[in-house]
Amino acid sequence: MQQALDNNHELPLEEFPYIVRWSEERCKRCGRCTAVCPVKAIEPTIRVERRVYSEGPEPTPQAARRITQVVRQVRDIARYCVGCSSCALVCPNEAIRPEYNPRNKLLTFRSRGGDAYKRGGRRNDPGVGTLDKLKFSRISMLTDPALDAGRHEFKLTTLLGRILPAEGLPLRADNGGLAVDAEAFVPPVREIYPIMIGSMSVGALSPPMWEGLAMGVAYLNEEMGMPVVMCTGEGGMPPRLLRSRFLKYFILQIASGYFGWDEIVRAIPDMVEDPCAIEIKYGQGAKPGDGGLLMAYKVLKLIAEIRGVPLGVDLASPPTHQTKYSIEEAVAKMITSMSMAWGFRVPVYPKISGTKTARAVLNNLARNPYAAALSIDGEDGGTGAAYNVSMDKMGHPIASNLRECYLDLVRQGKQNELPLVAAGGVGKKGNLAANAAALIMLGASAVSIGKYIMQAAADCYGNEYNRCNLCNTGRCPRGITTQDPKLYRRLDSEKVAERVVQTFKVADTELRKIFAPMGRSTELPIGMSDGLSVADKAIAERLKIDYAC
Amino acid sequence: MCRLAAISSESYISPLENVLALETMKEGHDGSGMGLMLKDLGGEFEELKDYPILSGICSQSGYRALNEYMQGLGFEEKHMWSPPVRPMPGIAKRDYYFAKVYQYPADYAGKPRAQKEDLLLRTRLALRKMGEADESIVVFSFYPDVVTLKEVGDPLALGEFFGLEKAGLSARVILAQGRQNTNYAINLYACHPFFLQGFGTMTNGENTAFVPIREYLTSRGFPGYMGYNSDSEVFTHILHYAVGRLGFPLTYYKDIITPLRPRECDRRADRGALALIRSSLRMLTIDGPNCNIGFLPDGTTYMVQDSKKLRPGAVGGVPGRYALMSEQCGLESAVPRRDRERDVFPMKYDMAIVSPRAGEVRVWNQLTGAFMESPEPSGAGARV
Repeated sequence: MQQALDNNHELPLEEFPYIVRWSEERCKRCGRCTAVCPVKAIEPTIRVERRVYSEGPEPTPQAARRITQVVRQVRDIARYCVGCSSCALVCPNEAIRPEYNPRNKLLTFRSRGGDAYKRGGRRNDPGVGTLDKLKFSRISMLTDPALDAGRHEFKLTTLLGRILPAEGLPLRADNGGLAVDAEAFVPPVREIYPIMIGSMSVGALSPPMWEGLAMGVAYLNEEMGMPVVMCTGEGGMPPRLLRSRFLKYFILQIASGYFGWDEIVRAIPDMVEDPCAIEIKYGQGAKPGDGGLLMAYKVLKLIAEIRGVPLGVDLASPPTHQTKYSIEEAVAKMITSMSMAWGFRVPVYPKISGTKTARAVLNNLARNPYAAALSIDGEDGGTGAAYNVSMDKMGHPIASNLRECYLDLVRQGKQNELPLVAAGGVGKKGNLAANAAALIMLGASAVSIGKYIMQAAADCYGNEYNRCNLCNTGRCPRGITTQDPKLYRRLDSEKVAERVVQTFKVADTELRKIFAPMGRSTELPIGMSDGLSVADKAIAERLKIDYAC
Repeated sequence: MCRLAAISSESYISPLENVLALETMKEGHDGSGMGLMLKDLGGEFEELKDYPILSGICSQSGYRALNEYMQGLGFEEKHMWSPPVRPMPGIAKRDYYFAKVYQYPADYAGKPRAQKEDLLLRTRLALRKMGEADESIVVFSFYPDVVTLKEVGDPLALGEFFGLEKAGLSARVILAQGRQNTNYAINLYACHPFFLQGFGTMTNGENTAFVPIREYLTSRGFPGYMGYNSDSEVFTHILHYAVGRLGFPLTYYKDIITPLRPRECDRRADRGALALIRSSLRMLTIDGPNCNIGFLPDGTTYMVQDSKKLRPGAVGGVPGRYALMSEQCGLESAVPRRDRERDVFPMKYDMAIVSPRAGEVRVWNQLTGAFMESPEPSGAGARV
């Protein structure tokens, strides 16, 4: 009796998000593709063929069995092809590539073992978001001349820190001028570049990636005169850097896991510079209401040392700061105590995820004279590890969230006192400068980027078509988000630094090209909403900008 | 681009001189309107300097409503001036043009100046609101010793329309703007100069930072920061806010609207104050291109440019009579007998300040934070 076929534990390739197209004729069987595949979605195997052939002057068909070496896509959903294209990149003969399958049923089949699907990466929404629908339509031409983006001097910096209202400035008349009352407390304020690198931790990022970003930021500050800053994310930073003069380019993040803070606190007496700011993380846009998670296989020796934890354990930060039970405590106590740690010389601000309750947080901060800013992370933000349902279905788009917060401050006359930092999907379609400028004109003092800089500076494979998304697994095929030396050696930190600098130079030029025709060069056009329009009535109404079609 | 003509004088002068100066600069404006603002009044107003003057335009019904409202508040009309209007082709005559001098309500007699100013402001805004829908009441200023006239039409024709040569109007400080209507529909409230509690300004150019500035000012909670039919109205309000409310010396107005770069601030003795002002008032940074001319309650006049110096502007004259013009030909018209070598063309860092009663013109330099030495006239070519 013939043995029953038992393939029911497998899926047809049509269900998979990416189908690997392999050419038998072009493949020279070198094995590089199967070696490099980060998820083992392809494997070398053999195929037994029955071949009928004929030799001699008369047809004399004979059958023979032949064994052929092939590359096969695995049909186990646990090893689905993520479409990263590492195989295509290493193939010497263009014999293999993944092809996106829009009819895939990944989400239907992915949840096995009762554990909900987690992934890293982006939101995977290929649609055009609000930021990319906005246009700059207030162009000076005839009524008044436009500026020359190439020749005018532009001031493209912004302020991070609590800014005193003009009525409360500690000034006194002094010999026909004004002098500052030396006794008065003036909150610390930093002049920074309006695009900052958002919080991505040592641990989430590989050593060369984090180092590359840091080197790029230092170069931008010290050689290019661009005061770009970056946030450490949770997990602290290398102790040597904490005691270096470069610390002033970094925003130290304290999140609910407090990872890395033992080292930071210990280093305070030895710090030769103050950090740029302290960011208290209460939420992140990609998984609002959820804590951070660095998965065990990324917690290797270096990371464990910096964070002060054992090797190889999941590092879960709770969704809230566990010792705080109310907004008064969370905001007032944490901000005050962190400010005090640095002698009130360092701006301290919270970061929350985009949410309908953002205004409640904002209004609380507006009344707290030590709150230095509010950072809002919209739903398009990326993350190291998040449940699929959080990433896809939770959150608030940044544009409207930021706008209503800004207009709330305007109503209170505090739009300049509490800077807003916007994040989440800035540069999602590659339009970094345009997205940043639009958010600034909607009321942001600065924007944060994360995914964009990984894509631009380290050639991250991911896109909005569910591609790659391996950031959380420690198997990043580019070496960006992995602690595996075999993988992160693929990434050259010098090259990353170089690309960081190039990326900011380009953004700088593009910002000028946006602001110059609108006649703005002396000050960042924060809240210049008359410069924007959109061909969507609902968006125009919601953002209180012009409708133009 | 609008043309601006301001004259500061020791003796009382007729606004016709400003109109003639505007006429020489005619190619700069298309005659879609003119605004005149007179401060430190002579003639029939000379003896009435302590009494508030309400300047405006009314329809018949508006006029009745205005009088009733003012009586209701307890304002007693003390004197009334109206121009000897002569109909002119192209100018649509309205029913009443007036400058009414009032006695304060009885219960305000002994009250401090601030409370009186508050009353005048609230009254003007209420009248403006009453007549805004049907344009039955248009009020430009309500303040002691200040008269404002505005109308749609060519400046020279308007001079004739208002009969300025025999209207008996004269003042020591007169601002006039010939309008070029580019951005907005013709609206008398969009016509310069603008006035608020002793501060008057006029501007040409486009203020590209208008919306954030408007939002900042309106959120100060001060009722006078409203209107904004023109993007230039914010210049008056920034001046009022900086000098009037915050009590800063006039030169800080320049530091607010065109802040120095940080490295430039380091050269100033007051760099600490500058850094604070620069942060706290960054929303009030104008981005030009603008030439801005204005006066203060004490009769000081000034000219200031945007930080890119994209507009022309010239200041010159002789002690006792200085003119601040957007074109040099306007200066020629207003003060032909002067030493041209001493003419000032304020550049991006400069603020030309004419002391009250046209005592002298001094140039304050933002980079040094000090007044510049007056250059000696070269002699050659000087015509005094």
